[in-house]
Amino acid sequence: MSETEWTPDQPIVSIKDVHKSFGDLEVLKGVSLDVMKGEVICIIGPSGSGKSTLIRCINALNDIQAGSIQVEGQEVNAAGLDKLALRKKVGMVFQQYNLFPHKTALENVMMAPLLVLKEPEDEVEKRARALVKKVRLEGKEDSYPGELSGGQQQRVAIARSLAMNPDVMLFDEVTAALDPETVKEVLVTIKDLAAEGMTCILVTHEMGFAREIADHIYFTDRGVIVEHGPPKTFFKSAKDPRTREFLSQIL
Amino acid sequence: MAMLKPIPGINSTPTTDMAVLKPVTVATPGSASDINFSRFIADLPWWALPALAAILMMWPMAAYAQSTYTMTDATNALIKWLPFLVLQGFVFNILISITTMALGTVAGVVLGLMQISPNRLISQTAWLITQTFRNSPWLVLLFIVMLAFPFKIEIGSLTIQIPDWVKAVFGLSLPIMANISEVVRGAIASVPSGQWEAAESLAYSRQQTVWRIILPQCFKRMIPPWMNWYAILTMATPLVSLLGVEEIVTLSRQAMAAENGRPELLVPFYGFCLVIFFAYCYPIARWTIALERKYTVKL
Repeated sequence: MSETEWTPDQPIVSIKDVHKSFGDLEVLKGVSLDVMKGEVICIIGPSGSGKSTLIRCINALNDIQAGSIQVEGQEVNAAGLDKLALRKKVGMVFQQYNLFPHKTALENVMMAPLLVLKEPEDEVEKRARALVKKVRLEGKEDSYPGELSGGQQQRVAIARSLAMNPDVMLFDEVTAALDPETVKEVLVTIKDLAAEGMTCILVTHEMGFAREIADHIYFTDRGVIVEHGPPKTFFKSAKDPRTREFLSQIL
Repeated sequence: MAMLKPIPGINSTPTTDMAVLKPVTVATPGSASDINFSRFIADLPWWALPALAAILMMWPMAAYAQSTYTMTDATNALIKWLPFLVLQGFVFNILISITTMALGTVAGVVLGLMQISPNRLISQTAWLITQTFRNSPWLVLLFIVMLAFPFKIEIGSLTIQIPDWVKAVFGLSLPIMANISEVVRGAIASVPSGQWEAAESLAYSRQQTVWRIILPQCFKRMIPPWMNWYAILTMATPLVSLLGVEEIVTLSRQAMAAENGRPELLVPFYGFCLVIFFAYCYPIARWTIALERKYTVKL
């Protein structure tokens, strides 16, 4: 990177005054937040408040109209952005898992390191098998996504993302499409990751989980961050009426 | 239809001015909508073929009851010419259809991939070419190719005559190309956008995404509509008889002329053409429908 050298004492993800519109609809109206390395932050808020859009902007799945997003010092809102370099640093897990249905679980995990990072196959396979084990899916290596439950698919998706050795993980409502029984197995996996020091940015509706895992919670509504703080103070003494109303409906 | 329940905003006046989400039918390649031709053929019972043959053989004899030319005479004439019509004629029709399909498929896949190019100039050009050739009469395309193309190419002292059937293949492959282009574009569009996003977020290049993730998923779904187009093309090959290509219809005319142009022969001879095309396309249509059922259940 020709840009200013990033050092771990600076925020790993730095979002400053980001504006984003879809046509006439402005979904982000000046959002700023910083994430330090190893931090776990949760973004909560009502539907349509722009939280998913925000994290999709971090790995450039959506572009932004104004403001700045920096990942390890690399500016995302720049002409001629090296998207591939950015996406090697940032992993993402989706609500709908989006596993590749024509590949087995193990192949799903192995494909990107082989094709994108061009790593040797035996090394990749070793790492992939370890990751499948880590997400507690030993024995499911050769199953196709269609043969796995939603929770199992989502854990494969997490392993697939981790196989790229990302520095930051984005989780976009990853449990929202799951059965209540399988939500827990996915949350446990994310908790393990957080405990190992992975930088995680989550959009979630699981308040209990957010309270337990997050270092910092951001509440968004209508395109702005209304309130934020560590979970202890956030849940007990939210100041803004909008936050209080949202929490009273959820909790 | 009278039994249909009135649904406000859909088949009766809305009772609210709020937006109503209307039911949508998503047409994906390989779904019922674009293989109607095969569906029709495949739905015919197996005995349609012998029944058709029988009617065609009987009909002229009844129509020309006073004639001294008997059904046996007509049958004998047909049997005499049959090897000629099939081996010289119909086999050539098949050859034309296979060559055209090969050419049209290669060009169509390229054009279809161009249609999904992120470069607007490329995608718009490909779209225009696709729509032009998809919506032009086949015969007109054939005549244009026939007349616009040189009869021979001269490379230095070497002169290559271009046979009419080559031009015919080229002319027929234009609409096939355009339709295959749409099959490819439609199949790619039917893959959920989440697959693109997942591949993108794993740092796949666009090329890797298309070839490794998207195309393998929709390849199977392209097969039934592709076969459907093959059957349509095969049925259309007699068009090239108008360009003087010696395929089955041209040869039938020649054979009838050799039999003193007896009018009693018209229906048996052309009827035979119908029967043999049907016999060839029927199993293809059945197979197409079977594959379509198999592939649409998955994914």
